[in-house]
Amino acid sequence: MQAFIIRRVLALIPTLIFASLIVFVSMRLIPGDVIDQMMAQNDVATSADRARVEASLGLDQPMYIQYFRWVGGILRGDLGNSLWQNTPVTRQLAETLPITFELGLLALIVALTVAIPIGIYSAMRQDTAGDYIARSFSLLMLAIPSFWLGTLVMVFPSVWWRWSPPLEYTPFFENPIANLSHMIVPAILLGLALSAVTMRMTRTMMLEVLRQDYIRTARAKGLAENLVIARHALRNGLIPVVTLIGLQAPLLIGGAVILEQIFVVPGMGLLLLEAVFARDYPVISGIFLVTGVAILLINLLVDLTYGFLDPKVRY
Amino acid sequence: MTDTALPKTMPETAPSPLVAGARHPIVAFIQRLIREKPLGAFGGGLFLIFLVCGLLANIIAPYAANETNMALRLEAPSLSHWLGTDHLGRDLLSRVLIGAQLSMMVGFLAAGLATVVSIVLGLLSGYLGGRTDMLIQRFVDAWMIFPDLLLLIVVVSIVGSGMPQIVLVLGLLYGIGGSRIVRGAVISVRENMYTHAAQSMGARTLYILWYHILPNVMPVVIVLFTTRVGAAILAEAGLSFLGLGVPPPAPTWGGMLSGDGRTYMYMAPWLAIAPGVCLTIVVYSINVFGDALRDLLDPRMRGSR
Repeated sequence: MQAFIIRRVLALIPTLIFASLIVFVSMRLIPGDVIDQMMAQNDVATSADRARVEASLGLDQPMYIQYFRWVGGILRGDLGNSLWQNTPVTRQLAETLPITFELGLLALIVALTVAIPIGIYSAMRQDTAGDYIARSFSLLMLAIPSFWLGTLVMVFPSVWWRWSPPLEYTPFFENPIANLSHMIVPAILLGLALSAVTMRMTRTMMLEVLRQDYIRTARAKGLAENLVIARHALRNGLIPVVTLIGLQAPLLIGGAVILEQIFVVPGMGLLLLEAVFARDYPVISGIFLVTGVAILLINLLVDLTYGFLDPKVRY
Repeated sequence: MTDTALPKTMPETAPSPLVAGARHPIVAFIQRLIREKPLGAFGGGLFLIFLVCGLLANIIAPYAANETNMALRLEAPSLSHWLGTDHLGRDLLSRVLIGAQLSMMVGFLAAGLATVVSIVLGLLSGYLGGRTDMLIQRFVDAWMIFPDLLLLIVVVSIVGSGMPQIVLVLGLLYGIGGSRIVRGAVISVRENMYTHAAQSMGARTLYILWYHILPNVMPVVIVLFTTRVGAAILAEAGLSFLGLGVPPPAPTWGGMLSGDGRTYMYMAPWLAIAPGVCLTIVVYSINVFGDALRDLLDPRMRGSR
């Protein structure tokens, strides 16, 4: 196990190097006139200021030096300063990342509570009406764009009942109830999108497990069906579902960007959109990089958990 | 993420000509689709309707998409305006139809470009193997850790928004991701006897790739293309919703659900319905169609997503 962990962590290095190159190169693709626009928007006009902005973006150095300086900065926890607010990008991320994380976590809880029971039910009653309804629902949820669902939730309750979801953010530790009543609507929408894939996966895995010999043995020895499912089938069937959490992390973050915008959740997604419209490139590249690294770490964690949960897996 | 080579027989090149006779293989394949996968066939038909609507949008749309009529602002659906009008008095049905055209264009162009990119990268990586493969795959690994939408937003923030940029970015985005799947297929074809035979006869690499490898990975490529059409349509809608897609006044479905229109939805809720319903139906239909194609054409991909 220890050797596996070490190997798995070492394997991250080339991916990280390529990922940093992708972020770096994409930021270097900024055309020159954008700097002019940025200057105009940010009210810095003199040529000295222009030189300063270029220097702060590191554009006055040869490419490879720029790259190594940038990476060096990251390793020291320095992602540069926001051009717009002139605060360190790391501080902005520290403020917004937990909010997006909370949204993602809530969505994950919603997704699992919806998907796993329905997935199990679907597998146990394969090819019945209930199974078909569950599967059609999951296919539909894959197709409905979350921004449309979000729009409907905003518009129709307000038209029909004069009620609309709260849009004011309160920090969790200030007032957990106000916080949750704001976050829960986007979390449900995000969770529903996620539940579609999870449901399909749970169903497939349960079907696979239910055909195994040890399930037949358990039934043959007269164990109640509930116990067969709970003790034998679930434990084995749900292990692969864990990997899905890692695979779905990018989807979760992408969906969060849109839902944060609709429900005015001041998370990383909203910060990103503000930065895009303000052409605040240090913030954009910071978010870009941090998201990539976060997803990489989530996947690492999932892989390690998987090896831990399933003793059959020998790396 | 290791794709092991599977020494096994490959699916046929063309849509299985197992029902012999004089019938054209495509006709035979459609019959098989309807018989074995009715839901998939239904999805294909539904998608086709939207495709035709998109192609003919300029002819069948009753009004011009951006024709404003201030006297008829926020009209509820009626006989002259089947889906009502928006805050500038523009006919919603016409806008939805032209929106279908835009969506289809983005979907097909982006998926087409993505497929070409996937094939080129997948062939290089899978057939050449070795260091090339290693390098390309580590790059793809890194590329795939970034959420699609995030990559899109970042790139659009750099290259600007507009139809050509979106097609280009989506094409690259899905192309690089999809190359993994083509590579897997190429690796298993590469180990087939006929490939080795061609190699031992001294055939040139390009010849082998074109005549032996490519035809045999076509089923995978077709399925990949189908799923990417839906994904690209959805992604463009999301971007346009965020105000980063095809800029207004172009009537994109995503754009119609955001921006100015949003404030008026409380007075005219029908504005919120049509674009979303169309988007959902199109994506749903192409998804079930793609699933059915995958089951029929490429048994190895069954159950994967």
